[in-house]
Formats: sequence, C-alpha cells, structure tokens
Amino acid sequence: MLIRWWLILLAFLPAAAFAGNMQEMKLPNGFKVVVQEDHRSPVVVSQVWYRAGSVDEFNGTTGVAHVLEHMMFKGTKKVPAGQFSRIVAAAGGKENAFTSRDYTVYFQQLEKSHLELSMKLESDRMVNLNMTDKEFAKEIQVVMEERRWRTDDKPQALVGEQLMAATLQAHPYARPVIGWMNDLVNMNAQDARDWYKRWYAPNNATLVVVGDVKPQEVFRLAKKYFGPLKARKLPERKPQVEPEQKGERRVTVKAPAKLPYIAMAYHAPSLSKADDWEPYALEILAGVLDGNPASRLNRELVRRERIAVNVGAGYDAVNRGPALFEFDGTPSEGHSVEDLELAIRSQIEQLKEDGITEDELQRVKAQVIAADVYQRDSMFYQAMQIGMLESTGFSWRDLDEFPKRLQAVTAEQVKAVANKYLVDDQLTVAVLDPQPIDENKPQAPEVPHVH
Amino acid sequence: MCTNFSWGISNKNIVDAMTRLFFGIIALAMSAAAQAALPIQHWQSASGAKVYFVENHDLPILDVSINFAAGSSFDTPEKAGVAGLTQGMLSLGAGGLTDDQISNRFADIGAQPGGEFDLDRAGLKLRTLSSERERVAALELLATLLQKPDFPAAVLEREKARAIAGLREAATQPESISGKAFSKALFGSHPYALDEMMEPETVEKITRDDLIAFHRSHYTRGNAVVAIIGDVTRAQAEAIAEQLASGLPEGAAAAAIPPVPLPSAPVETRISHPAAQSHILLGYPGVKRGDPDYFPLYVGNYILGGGGFVSLLTEEVREKRGLAYSVYSYFMPMREAGPFQIGLQTKREQTDAALKVVRETLDKFIQSGPTPKELKAAKDNIIGGFPLRIDSNGKILDYLAVIGFYGLPLTYLDDFNKEVAKVTTAQIKDAFARRVKPQNMVTVIVGGNGK
Repeated sequence: MLIRWWLILLAFLPAAAFAGNMQEMKLPNGFKVVVQEDHRSPVVVSQVWYRAGSVDEFNGTTGVAHVLEHMMFKGTKKVPAGQFSRIVAAAGGKENAFTSRDYTVYFQQLEKSHLELSMKLESDRMVNLNMTDKEFAKEIQVVMEERRWRTDDKPQALVGEQLMAATLQAHPYARPVIGWMNDLVNMNAQDARDWYKRWYAPNNATLVVVGDVKPQEVFRLAKKYFGPLKARKLPERKPQVEPEQKGERRVTVKAPAKLPYIAMAYHAPSLSKADDWEPYALEILAGVLDGNPASRLNRELVRRERIAVNVGAGYDAVNRGPALFEFDGTPSEGHSVEDLELAIRSQIEQLKEDGITEDELQRVKAQVIAADVYQRDSMFYQAMQIGMLESTGFSWRDLDEFPKRLQAVTAEQVKAVANKYLVDDQLTVAVLDPQPIDENKPQAPEVPHVH
Repeated sequence: MCTNFSWGISNKNIVDAMTRLFFGIIALAMSAAAQAALPIQHWQSASGAKVYFVENHDLPILDVSINFAAGSSFDTPEKAGVAGLTQGMLSLGAGGLTDDQISNRFADIGAQPGGEFDLDRAGLKLRTLSSERERVAALELLATLLQKPDFPAAVLEREKARAIAGLREAATQPESISGKAFSKALFGSHPYALDEMMEPETVEKITRDDLIAFHRSHYTRGNAVVAIIGDVTRAQAEAIAEQLASGLPEGAAAAAIPPVPLPSAPVETRISHPAAQSHILLGYPGVKRGDPDYFPLYVGNYILGGGGFVSLLTEEVREKRGLAYSVYSYFMPMREAGPFQIGLQTKREQTDAALKVVRETLDKFIQSGPTPKELKAAKDNIIGGFPLRIDSNGKILDYLAVIGFYGLPLTYLDDFNKEVAKVTTAQIKDAFARRVKPQNMVTVIVGGNGK
C-alpha cells in the first residue's frame, strides 16, 4: 500500500478539544515555543523543528540536510562527541532525530522533571556545534550505509525515488532526502558546516513541548536557554515552481526482485491556506479509494478482479512544496503491470464519470471523527502534528479548522477534483522490471551452503 | 513505497524522512519492560477465559485484544501457514458477512480492527470509541469474527495466492532471505522454525477444512486471554469478556511445546546475493518468559546491543568505524527460548571486517562482563525511563496481553524496576557466560563474501 490513508488524515486532525490546552510564545530572537498540556502520564515530549529540509539543498550537495542531522550528535565544546545520547540515556530518556523534505527535527522523550535537560542540550547544539573532519569522515560512511539499506537494495524504494525524479524536474522535491550516492561520496565537512551556518538559528526553529507540564514553566525555561541566542539573517527561499507537465512520462527501474511493481503520480495542489477546499476534497478522495480494506481499489482490484496482490492510493496536502496524488500496486500472478495500470486507470475514469456515493463519503467522515479522538493517545503524535504545521507555513491554530473543513466536503467536490487533477497529461508512471538474481551475479549459488 | 514506516505517521513528508537510527527491533526487545502501580484487575470469565483489565476514563476510547496459543509454532511442516491463514481469514468472512461488509461495518463507526501473530500467539485487536453506539457495534462484530468465522473457500484461494506471491518476492530480498536462513539454522526441527518454513508448496496444500479444524482446536475458551483498557466500568468489562469468550469453541489451554535444543556446533550459512549490503545475523537460543536469568540478560543486553546509540555494538561498529547504519542485539523471551540475535547490514566489501568487530565485541563482553559504570548507565536509563513505557493505552494493552498470555505475576510491572535495580555486574557476566556460547553460534551472511 502506498500510504495508510487514515494516518494521513491524522496528520490533518489534531485535537479540536485540546486546542484549549495549547499556548504559544515567541522570543525576541524569533524562536517560537508551542506547548500542549497533557497530564495523563508524568512524561514530556520535546521536539525542536528546524525549517530546513532537503527542499532547501542545491545540486551537488544533496543529502546535506540529513548528514548535518547525523553530525548534530558529534559534539560541542560543552558536550563532546557521543555524550549527547549518553546524557539523555542517563536521564531515562529516548532521543532521536529525523530529516524530511521540509524540515529537520530533534526530539527527546523524558520523565517530566528532565525537560530542562533537553532545553539545555538543544540550545547548546543549535549554535555551538563543533564539527571535526575526523568525525565527519566516519559519519558519512554511516549515511552511505543508510542509503544502501533504505534505497539501493530495496527495489520499490528505487522506483519511488525514480518516480519523484521523473515527476518533478525544476522543484527540489525531485531529489531524494537521503541524497544521491555520488553527492554523499563527494561531500565534506565544510558542506555540512555551511548548511549549519545557513539554517541553524533560533529564528528558523520551533520548539514543541507536549506533556505533563505547565506552559509558564516551559516558557521560563525556553527564555533561559534559547533567549540569549542571536537571530541570524536567513537566506531568501526561492519558490522554484514546477513548470506545467505537458504529457505523460514513463520510467523503468530494473532491480533484483520477483514481482513487478507500479507507482503512478499526478500533480495536485498542496494546501496553501486553511480555507482552500480542493485539498480537503482530495484527502476525502484518497480515503474513498484506500481508506479501509473495502475501499474501492482493494475491493475491486484485489478482492473482486484479483488483478493485484496489493494496491493503494495516497495524497498529502500539507507541504512546503507541490503535492502529488499517487497510486501504486503489485500485480497478481498471471497479470502484468500493464493490466494493473489499465485497471487503476479504469477506476479513475469511473470516479470521474460517476463520482462517489453518499455511503462512501459518510464512511470516510466517520473515520475522520474517530481518528481525531484516537490520536490523543500518543503525545509524540500530537507534537508531530503541531510541529509539522508550524514548519509548513501553518499554525497550530489551524488544527481546529481541518476536521471541520473535511466534514464540509461534498460528493460533488470530490468528483470535481478527480476530473480536474487525475488527467493523463499530468501523469508519471514508474515501473519495476524485476531481474533474476543469478543474472546480476551469475556465479552466485542460490541455495545456502554450510561451511 | 511506504516501507519506511518508522514514525507511525504516513504523511509523505515523514515517509521520506531519514532517521538517525531505525528503532523497530529495539522497541521489540524492550517489550518486556514496564510500570509502577498499574491497577490491573484480573479474573476468569464464566466460560473460562483469563481477563486482564485497566479502567481508564481519560479518553473516550476502548482497546481490547484477545489472544490464543495459536501462533506459528502450532503449525505442521507439511502445511506450514495454517496458523497464519486462520488468523488472517478471521476478518475475511464471518457470520454470513463478507470481507467487504466486515471492513465497512468497522469503518462506518470509525473502529480500527487489528491482529496479532507471532511464534506463540495469534489473535485480534480492536480500538473503538467508547460511546455506546460505536462500542456495542464494534464488539458485536469482533465477537462474530472470533466465534463464527466462515473461511469462505473463494476468499481462501485468493489469500493463498497472495501469500504465495509474497513468499516468492521475499525469496529474492536479502533481509527476508537472512531471516529465513537464521530461523532454520537456529531452531532446526523445533516448532519455532515453522514460521519460516512456509513455502508456496506448503501453502498450496492448505484447505478450508484445515482452517476450520485449527480454529476449533486453538481458538478455544480455555485458551483465550482477553485484555481490556479504557473507558468502561468493571461491570462492562466483565460483560465484554464474556461476550467475546462465550461463543468460542470449548477446549482447554494449549499443550506445552518442547524446549529449544542448544546447538552443539557452530553453523555458518553464506548465501550469495548481488545486493550492495550484506545482511548479517548471529544468534543463539535465548530465554523463556519467567526465566530466572531474564533480568541479568536483559540489562546486560541493553549494554551490549539493546541500548541504541549508547550500546557497545553501536559504539564499536558504527561510532568508531562507520561500518553500519544499524547494529543491534536483543533477547526475545517466548514460551520457550526465543532467539538471542545480533544483526547488522554493511557494504558487501567489508562484510568480514564488520563481522570480526561484532565477534570481538561479543567475546570481550562475555569474557569480561560489563563495567560498574556501564551497569549504572544501563540502570539509570531502564529505571528512569519507566514512565515512558506505559504512557498510552495502546502500550498498556500490549503489556496486559503479555502478562496474561505468559502467566506473569500481576505485580510484574510494579516489580520490574526492583528486579533491574538488583542486577549486579557479576550476575550479568555469569548469565551471559552460561547462556550465550559464541563458539556454537549460528551465523548467517546474505550478500557479499568479503572479497
């Protein structure tokens, strides 16, 4: 499945009922703090979101946002390499970080009395990172291993990478977050230092804290640790708007695998302001196609026609750049990717002609309401939603708006966006052409032998 | 395309996110840990099911799971896959409802059904809103799936075809190939190897009658463990447990499975594959639930390879030498000895170099044991991080199911920190020396040959 749809809606839907427990503060240096109280357990989640992701990279140094994320654990004067993780671990905490197209995030999960420790460490490495060539040389090897593991040896991940590269040509979303291997091979510590200087500043970051805390206390600590840091002039961000696609595109990936695989992407709008209506209609459309196992694609192509062993659809509205409406699937034995593509396209045609039923619409909306409640069981998830919105040009205040807007979508609107965006000239198709293992490496015996 | 699901959020931004370390396996290894003073209520339902309940009205949600001793270890070599197909088919036709009707009924009330399946256990899970209309409808449907599965013949044929397609694909992917070879080498003819003995030929032979018989003999009242947490009263929980258990086939708890034999000689399996990285697994039979050595091994393993960024394996393999993105070790405690496993992936050319570092690190740890400083750091993290392990209903539900299924004391969670605190460096050294024999370990290498 391409995307588990109900989770996408979750990304849309934080807690109307909880918005009353949220507060924000902005320091004079531009550092923003958002706090959500949740007193169910004596714990706290603390996340620092930098508005810098692979979308901000240049050709030749793709992957540097993620490499810097790794290097952020490699030491400051006060906290030498390797100590960050040990200090957090000693406090009983969990910590990690991740990089996406739009942002880079560092987080700790701790018993609530240790929140100050988290702020002390994060404020230190926001401005005092001390990157040595020696540490860089080792860590870049780790990142290359990560690329091999995530992408190079995973045929479907390679297809996904090629789909993006073919769908987009001008916009930087065309490039993989992990970076092209040759850029990683040729990257040096100075590239990472340049990136750090360019983007790591209090005025390019948001702190999100969710947990058993008092907002005033969080604000007091934030002032103490982040207040003294100096704002920095941030580089201008160019829009890099993708020129209109004028006709279908196709790409093939050959890799060792047994089953073929197809991924398809149509250009679609991202949410630009909270009261757009089209992105909400596209979210509902994704739910009608792939919201539960009896949604259209699985019901028709896996269960009824048995053309596919898996099939999915997905759409994400909240991005700094352009959105895509995607499909993917694996044909069943006796069927080709061409068969599956035709079947998916015939489902699309049917949607465009007949629209969706009222039952389908209400079913998706019922899931939206329930998901809005369920997500409150995870503090980490709630923090993710706040951070994601704050880092993509929205505000946590928009959270109330999203479920309402989804509830307001009509069947006619869903049909309208299907007709407007799922059009042939806007489509890119990527296909996996499976290669036998022994063809790639003829000397390789396939059966295990014991030494 | 959404294979990178580490964060539980499937927004495209996060799917593409590159994390600093993949924590999936480590989370699994931590699953024994737990809580202070969690008010667990326990009783046996009138029809014989064991029930574990935590009343919590913070959120208007209800989580329920029901587990049976019906995992893959109850399969036979000739028809490996019966246990898994039985579990998977429960929600694909029951009480005269079709798979689509079942999916839609859950979706219409925003309920989220789920499943459990491992070497020991199989069962179903459900999250629903606790409001009466949704709760009643969701539980009624769950009871129908458990008690009246139809195992429709046509659906079975479809699911067999999908399973076979999945097996054929897995047979080309290095990660699956290594897992399968590891299981075979470690467990030999023990029932714990059956999970990886599923082949297209064994699945082909499975009939509807096999599933009916497996359900009748394994999904029995006496074999059922019901876990409940959330917004219901004790009286309601009693009624729910009885509703789920009463219509189940009559029958007692499952018979014991034999102990896992210890290998008397080393086994090294090398399987050639053209992948960029070699997948390396090392292992030995580990511990049972309730094993007297469990706590020294658990704490010791945190130091060796369970503690994420601060483990000895990560330090030696990744931090010092940049040889891998992910390297870990874990004990998976089961009814009988589950695996002790060390795993990593590394560029094929440096396979032997990485393997050497892993072996040296393990040997040194077994010979010398941990230092007092390492033990203190481990205890600080495990004990200090305790509140994080039970900070959501979803996590607590899983603990209830484990306590119930393995017959652990109700105070298991309360006692956990005390048991960890008692562990000494001498106990860890002694337990590892007795329980892990590096000279007789299983080693699996899929990929390059180190040349």
